Amino acid sequence: MMANLDKSYGSVLSLLLIVTLGIPLCNMLFPADSALHFSAYSVSLIGKYLCFALLGLSLDMVWGYAGILVLGQGAFFALGGYAMGMYLMRQIGSRGVYGDALLPDFMVFLNWKELPWYWHGFEHFGFALLMVVLVPGVLAFVFGWLAFRSRVTGVYLSIITQALTYALLLAFFRNEMGFGGNNGLTDFKDILGFNIQSEAVRSLLLFASGASLIGALLLCRWIVNSKLGRVVTAIRDQESRVRFLGYRVELFKLWVFVFSAMLAGVAGALYVPQVGIINPSEFSPLNSLEIVIWVAIGGRGTLYGAIIGAVLVNYAKTVLTGLMPEIWLFSLGAVFVLVTLLLPDGIVGLLKRQRQTIAAKTGLKTGVASA
Amino acid sequence: MMPLTHSEDVVASALVTNSVDTRHGPVLYMEDVSVSFDGFKALNHLSLYINDGELRCVIGPNGAGKTTLMDVITGKTRPDSGSVFFGQTIDLLELDEPAIAQAGICRKFQKPSVFDALTVFETLELALKTDKRTWPTLFHKLNEQQRHRIHEVLTTIGLSSLINQPAGILSHGQKQWLEIGMLLMQEPKVMLVDEPIAGMTHQEIERTAELLLSLQGKHSLVVVEHDMEFVRSIARKVTVLHEGSVLTEGTMDEVQNDPRVIQVYLGG
Repeated sequence: MMANLDKSYGSVLSLLLIVTLGIPLCNMLFPADSALHFSAYSVSLIGKYLCFALLGLSLDMVWGYAGILVLGQGAFFALGGYAMGMYLMRQIGSRGVYGDALLPDFMVFLNWKELPWYWHGFEHFGFALLMVVLVPGVLAFVFGWLAFRSRVTGVYLSIITQALTYALLLAFFRNEMGFGGNNGLTDFKDILGFNIQSEAVRSLLLFASGASLIGALLLCRWIVNSKLGRVVTAIRDQESRVRFLGYRVELFKLWVFVFSAMLAGVAGALYVPQVGIINPSEFSPLNSLEIVIWVAIGGRGTLYGAIIGAVLVNYAKTVLTGLMPEIWLFSLGAVFVLVTLLLPDGIVGLLKRQRQTIAAKTGLKTGVASA
Repeated sequence: MMPLTHSEDVVASALVTNSVDTRHGPVLYMEDVSVSFDGFKALNHLSLYINDGELRCVIGPNGAGKTTLMDVITGKTRPDSGSVFFGQTIDLLELDEPAIAQAGICRKFQKPSVFDALTVFETLELALKTDKRTWPTLFHKLNEQQRHRIHEVLTTIGLSSLINQPAGILSHGQKQWLEIGMLLMQEPKVMLVDEPIAGMTHQEIERTAELLLSLQGKHSLVVVEHDMEFVRSIARKVTVLHEGSVLTEGTMDEVQNDPRVIQVYLGG
């Protein structure tokens, strides 16, 4: 069983490596009219899927392993996205519609005279990257500290995480917040001085997304295989028992929650330059619910299951919303219900069961079935 | 980092010197402890002293307060009044569950609550007495001595052959043993053992009795059990609880011949 798990994990990892290295290489080596050259559209699309996979992975850490069903994971993703978006806005400089060297267009439009204090520093890429992990991390820390310390668990915790993302949605809609209101941040021009629309930059962003996903997968796997990973699994199954073994349960939950929020922030930061916009709709509770569905469909508590789920569901979304946008949510809901009823361990569970059946059959044939 | 409160300092220093102050004899003091749930007095001005290295059996009819007693000692339930001290210096009412466990009071629960997803080995590794903060736990690697200790405990609890099996598939009796193993791994000063033999076979019961007897002296044990024959086989001193307070204490023969005990058990 363990070997099978490792095999699937290995396959997902090699596939990710091929995509991450292959697509940028192909686009470098082959001319634009070649069949092996990926269009700008597909490069952005695949890059986007990789970001979603990273987001799904972040949720699997906190839900699949620590058993905390977070219905507001999208909030951390969006905050990471906004941090990156603020850097990209500052990169526009005087090339905006109003030509103000310092103020982004929406601030000029609102008649603001100076840059709000929290926009300072975002002209530096390094600072923005720091904020990409720090802002979601600090929010998760404060929120988690209060929630876990007062031993809020289960459905109640899930609901307040949902409330958290909804509150942020409403806040970011307000123009006075200084994040572009309902239009959000867009019209990005450059990243690190290079044209963000250019093919090379798109390829590099895909590469960065893939590399981050691979790095995160390896890191997550290391964590869940560490003793901390086992403590967290034990907390998921018997929270109070772990407390009597001398572990501060709330600090372990907090650790995983903050780590997961930071990963989601990184996913958001990689997502924004590839789609060219970040607006408050990313905070919508529906987005966060979708992340849960990806992980449930892929198979929670396996890490690579979350990646498979995120990519498959989003591919289906791309296809279906192209054909019949009005039925997308219904089909997603239907699939979720079916998976919950028929495949409690998701696609990964299904694959595992099939392998076991095959193994059992071949075992019987050769007469070495373990008794 | 969390600010260290005064009581955590006390625990820290107790851990460093590895000494709970038991110069006056008792390792555990419960004085005038009362707990009530919605008007029901689970513990009623209960006073109990456990001596260092003693094996004490606590018996009593259902609802006498045996489990509540353990809940109070381990920090799960806060008493309405009274005081609970570990040795001379550590006020247990100021500590929470993990701090009490780290200070050296560990508990086996009535219902075996092992971690289904972890293997037998991993379960014992989790219980191992070591630094239990988050970052040290993340980077924790077993050293040779600790590995040896786990195997030693595995032999003691007779689960060596199931070392890599998930704990969830064990039989009820084996889960009980694993729970006892978790207790041993924590090397506690005081062991609270709630109904250790429920679901065990005769041989297993005998081995449990042997094990518990071998632990006294090095550890102090408080054993709650319904099975009178078992209690008789291990107990030097028995405490009988009734309606949340101590009815009587003494040897098994003394308490069994106490007319009040007979009345409580047979109904008056």
